[in-house]
Amino acid sequence: MAATQEEIVAGLAEIVNEIAGIPVEDVQLDKSFTDDLDVDSLSMVEVVVAAEERFDVKIPDDDVKNLKTVGDAASYILKHQD
Amino acid sequence: MSKIKPSKGAPYAKIMGVGGYRPTRVVPNEVILETIDSSDEWIRSRSGIATRHWASDQETVAAMSIEASGKAIADAGLTADKIGAVIVSTVSHFKQTPAVATEIADKLGTRKAAAFDISAGCAGFGYALTLAKGMVVEGSSEYVLVIGVERLSDLTDLEDRATAFLFGDGAGAVVVGPSDEPHIGPTVWGSEGDKSETIKQTVAWTEYDSAVHKFPAITQEGQAVFRWAVFEMAKVAQQALDAAGISADDLDVFIPHQANMRIIDSMVKTLKLPEHVTVARDIETTGNTSAASIPLAMERLLATGEAKSGDTALVIGFGAGLVYAASVVTLP
Ligand SMILES: CC(C)(COP(=O)(O)OP(=O)(O)OC[C@H]1O[C@@H](n2cnc3c(N)ncnc32)[C@H](O)[C@@H]1OP(=O)(O)O)[C@@H](O)C(=O)NCCC(=O)NCCS
Repeated sequence: MAATQEEIVAGLAEIVNEIAGIPVEDVQLDKSFTDDLDVDSLSMVEVVVAAEERFDVKIPDDDVKNLKTVGDAASYILKHQD
Repeated sequence: MSKIKPSKGAPYAKIMGVGGYRPTRVVPNEVILETIDSSDEWIRSRSGIATRHWASDQETVAAMSIEASGKAIADAGLTADKIGAVIVSTVSHFKQTPAVATEIADKLGTRKAAAFDISAGCAGFGYALTLAKGMVVEGSSEYVLVIGVERLSDLTDLEDRATAFLFGDGAGAVVVGPSDEPHIGPTVWGSEGDKSETIKQTVAWTEYDSAVHKFPAITQEGQAVFRWAVFEMAKVAQQALDAAGISADDLDVFIPHQANMRIIDSMVKTLKLPEHVTVARDIETTGNTSAASIPLAMERLLATGEAKSGDTALVIGFGAGLVYAASVVTLP
């Protein structure tokens, strides 16, 4: 069953916590991965792969650079999950 | 039909000795910053590299190979006249013919050892090791010298922010010989030519025009390679463990190709390697030396005592092609 936006954000928060050690409550829709959450471009690749597995979506490299904020990623996953 | 007598090989093969050569000149990140807009902090955090070695004009592919090989042969308790074949893996020897392996075999003092070069990028050591194992077991050579050697500084665009800091020079060698027990596990290897554009030479030699082009260099799609290296190669590493009948708990040492510290760290996490496994992190002071990186890292771990003879190690190489090769070996 497809995840809701809330579930996606909660999932992303766990992933970011695991990869960058940021507290889950800091991972909010408007937060930028690189500027606010200490997720650099290479950690972002790890976040994306973890999100792909968790939400059963494909996020091609070309789309990754458009995912600046947690909200961008959540909307992308919401739209592309099946 | 006449009956052909088969060759007689050894039951199994093992790595008997290892040697390395690092060029004298140590190049810190400050030197890299003379040609790219970056910082020591950025380079260290994205790659883990603090220094690398760059070869001088005298430290040729052959010269570095001979130094590393001499050490490997001595470490194996042999002399050069016992070496039956020399395999060199390199992408940075700029004279295609004859193979540089022949000059190395001659200058080392082998007795007309078979000698040839292979090209398999950063997986070259694993490819050559696989050939050597086959040759020892099949019986065409009793002792095979495997060399990974690069002068990647010759193929680096020092003005390219994405690669200027990554590459280094050096040579690593091992001697593979007969064994009564298996000490080199099954190789898991392959190629993904559909991804050949992700790491490549900027201009083909036949198209290179110094009036138009910069000197050919290695260029890559960094994040695509990172993703492939961490996640696809972790699967290959696991397959090599499975093929050898070894669990991560049985492992003493992990020696991945030294491409980027971040790749190494992520692979260790993805593979869920236990704490007790020693991980090669030679990249910090060596940079990415392609085919040379695994034997160089192996030599250093043994020299510093972080690993010891008889330890069980997982080695995995991966790079331009894209190609990869992984196996479990016993350290010499
Ligand atoms: C090369 C590598 C370290 C580059 O890291 P990256 O995160 O992909 O770099 P990007 O080009 O996406 O750049 C990310 C940011 O850093 C900046 N940047 C790029 N190179 C930089 C440099 N040398 N110094 C400082 N900043 C740099 C970029 O401008 C970009 O900033 P922005 O987000 O504000 O626009 C990394 O991709 C890598 O190591 N990949 C694996 C490659 C490899 O090991 N290949 C060999 C396998 S055999």
